[in-house]
Amino acid sequence: MASHDDISASPTAASDSVFAQLVRAPEDPILGVTVAYNKDPSPVKVNLGVGAYRTEEGKPLVLNVVRRVEQQLVNDVSRNKEYIPIVGLADFNKLSAKLIFGADSPAIQENRVTTVQGLSGTGSLRVGGEFLAKHYHQRTIYLPTPTWGNHPKVFTLAGLSVKTYRYYAPATRGLDFEGLMEDLSSAPSGSIVLLHACAHNPTGVDPTLEQWEQIRQLIRSKALLPFFDSAYQAGFASGSLDADAQPVRLFVADGGELLVAQSYAKNMGLYGERVGALSIVCKSADVASRVESQLKLVIRPMYSSPPIHGASIVAAILKDGDLYNEWTIELKAMADRIISMRQQLFEALLSRGTPGDWSHIIKQIGMFTFTGLNTEQVSFMTNEYHIYMTSDGRISMAGLSSKTVPHLADAIHAAVTRGV
Amino acid sequence: MPIPNSLTAPILRRSTVAGVRSISSWFRSIEPAPKDPILGVTEAFLADQSPNKVNVGVGAYRDDNGKPVVLECVREAERRIAGNDFMEYLPIGGSIKMVEESLKLAYGDNSEFIKDKRIAAVQALSGTGACRLFAAFQQRFHPNTQIYIPVPTWANHHNIWRDAGVPMKTFRYYYPESRGLDFAGLMDDIKNAPDGSFFLLHACAHNPTGVDPTEEQWREISSQIKAKGHFPFFDMAYQGFASGDPERDAKAIRIFLDDGHLIGLAQSYAKNMGLYGQRAGCLSLLCEDEKQAVAVKSQLQLIARPMYSNPPLHGALIVSTVLGDPELKKLWLKEVKVMADRIIGMRTTLRENLEKRGSPLSWQHITNQIGMFCYSGLTPEQVDRMTSEFHIYMTRNGRISMAGLNTGNVGYVADAIHEVTKSS
Repeated sequence: MASHDDISASPTAASDSVFAQLVRAPEDPILGVTVAYNKDPSPVKVNLGVGAYRTEEGKPLVLNVVRRVEQQLVNDVSRNKEYIPIVGLADFNKLSAKLIFGADSPAIQENRVTTVQGLSGTGSLRVGGEFLAKHYHQRTIYLPTPTWGNHPKVFTLAGLSVKTYRYYAPATRGLDFEGLMEDLSSAPSGSIVLLHACAHNPTGVDPTLEQWEQIRQLIRSKALLPFFDSAYQAGFASGSLDADAQPVRLFVADGGELLVAQSYAKNMGLYGERVGALSIVCKSADVASRVESQLKLVIRPMYSSPPIHGASIVAAILKDGDLYNEWTIELKAMADRIISMRQQLFEALLSRGTPGDWSHIIKQIGMFTFTGLNTEQVSFMTNEYHIYMTSDGRISMAGLSSKTVPHLADAIHAAVTRGV
Repeated sequence: MPIPNSLTAPILRRSTVAGVRSISSWFRSIEPAPKDPILGVTEAFLADQSPNKVNVGVGAYRDDNGKPVVLECVREAERRIAGNDFMEYLPIGGSIKMVEESLKLAYGDNSEFIKDKRIAAVQALSGTGACRLFAAFQQRFHPNTQIYIPVPTWANHHNIWRDAGVPMKTFRYYYPESRGLDFAGLMDDIKNAPDGSFFLLHACAHNPTGVDPTEEQWREISSQIKAKGHFPFFDMAYQGFASGDPERDAKAIRIFLDDGHLIGLAQSYAKNMGLYGQRAGCLSLLCEDEKQAVAVKSQLQLIARPMYSNPPLHGALIVSTVLGDPELKKLWLKEVKVMADRIIGMRTTLRENLEKRGSPLSWQHITNQIGMFCYSGLTPEQVDRMTSEFHIYMTRNGRISMAGLNTGNVGYVADAIHEVTKSS
């Protein structure tokens, strides 16, 4: 029991705040980009910060299937707003597992998968991290370098300690496969390894399937625990939802255990509704059931139960054949536009004779391009051209349009040629 | 670039690695967790086949037909929102409009603190999320402190502060003998706590007891807390739902504000707007000045970002649509009063029924207590009998959710209570 002396005294006058010593925290490095963008009055400003899809007109997009389902939900007077279970909507969970693991996955058929609805990707990662910190014997998670800016904080606050493994090779703008294999080889047995399922954020550089197979063998031979972050299963790169899920399915097929956090922010355009899922594939149905019961104990003191709205929309779309097909068609349109933006930007830089090899723009996968620009160049582009992007040189292709590509190309050209 | 199909099939077929199948589960030693005591009650209720079953477990409002209610003002708000073009991420701190309306509701429409921008506030995942954000914030900036929680309190409060890493102490609150407030014990414990302790207070409709301090008692509590320099953190999950009047239910908070306290406050729209599953709430901290409020809010955002990045949109849109439109807000106030009045009516009816059956015990506390819950005084053994013999489901601490009672079942429940208590 702590003695009286251990308890820090606060000022006894009621008017002095107990938080008087707080300093103002910096803006979030990613979400803060939008904050800065909103403040800028320039008519030529472009927001390439956060990974949110934009149409050719620069507008956010609510998918048609989402609109239709929302209207159905509103008109259905039999629906209520009761608490949903701590683990979320049952059909949403099942359908999410099917989406990532495949409907015929043996792990699903053997009831070895426990799935809980989470607060989009972030919340699913956090719940998974806290669960591991409480119940897993190893407290270290290895993150790729670089990775999504929020990953280190999510896992640190979950109670894990964070280490890194080599991933991106700036010289080739591709995968540092030898470095990755070396670093995972020297990780202590049982360590947790965070893997981006596809469309690595921020680099857009993914292992090939052969490389994935080698990674899998290494991870299994060292008894490392894989934790997949799947935020971009959208067919953006590979052209199909199933193909995007191949790396995850490779691991499930060997009968081993893993975690996967899914997000529907991008692939269903449901960003603000915070829809996601955490699945843990276990060795047996009995273990999966016990794991689920413990996941509830993590969730309950965090937010009690997840929000109903977004998950209801997703479940309705995934369970209806027609809506599902329409969804894949809308996804393809989004993917095609992003690929077109990549092509246009690449050609624009070629035609300006911008020094350097820009082929990575069309080789990288997913929503982002890791331009290779440094922080000074990025600042220059923001200050002189009102281009808003994260300081690591990442740009969201989905934020571009045919109208704004020339302006961005000008900015990149200027940044690269001014000798910064 | 697209991955050729020819590569995938052979790889999957030969993907067994020697040893993977023989490794046993990493999680084999995980114990099955105990069922949540509150939500577990509903699960058991749903599994029961008896036609007479009654669920007075979880605190979710039911109408007189035992059905959940979606408020008209909420349906109208949803109609207006549907077809909305915006599903983007909210800021980390949530919907500005929703937060503004929440502050007006709690602190007063014309609050000087709102005018002076002294309140650091963020949208939160209902009451739970607001408490958890605060607990994590307390742990980060005052790591050597503890939270004083009343005995009893909502079971999840323990879990929230524990998972945030803040140790707990307790203060006396409920007095079983009177089924009322242990005011002397409460004041004593406030006095004896070290200066500058953090206290969790239920603003109104205490959960699970339904026992609230009187206005006069609140003033004395405020004085004593002020004298000790304690930090008062209010959990307000039932504003409007307790008396039917949101202004009246915020009285304790207003007393503290008048007394000069810099309070913390968790608000929930689960009950008073029937938005349970939408997870809509707000966390606010009153600061010394605007500059401090900006700093505090930014720090709260640093806690929220690695937890869920930004809060859910739909519930926030509903709240700001309802509270931001004078007509809808009027409608909401009417509907909240209907809910509160029905519950108050059920209290009266239950008490009358028990007294009519000639119960040897006093049931005055049923109408003295306020809000969703009644702390019946039933022992765990009596509760077990209520369930096994009468298929009436409630938590083992004897807490009855009054919203689960209706004209159709109140007689049956009174009979059951009488049956299990008549030999007390």
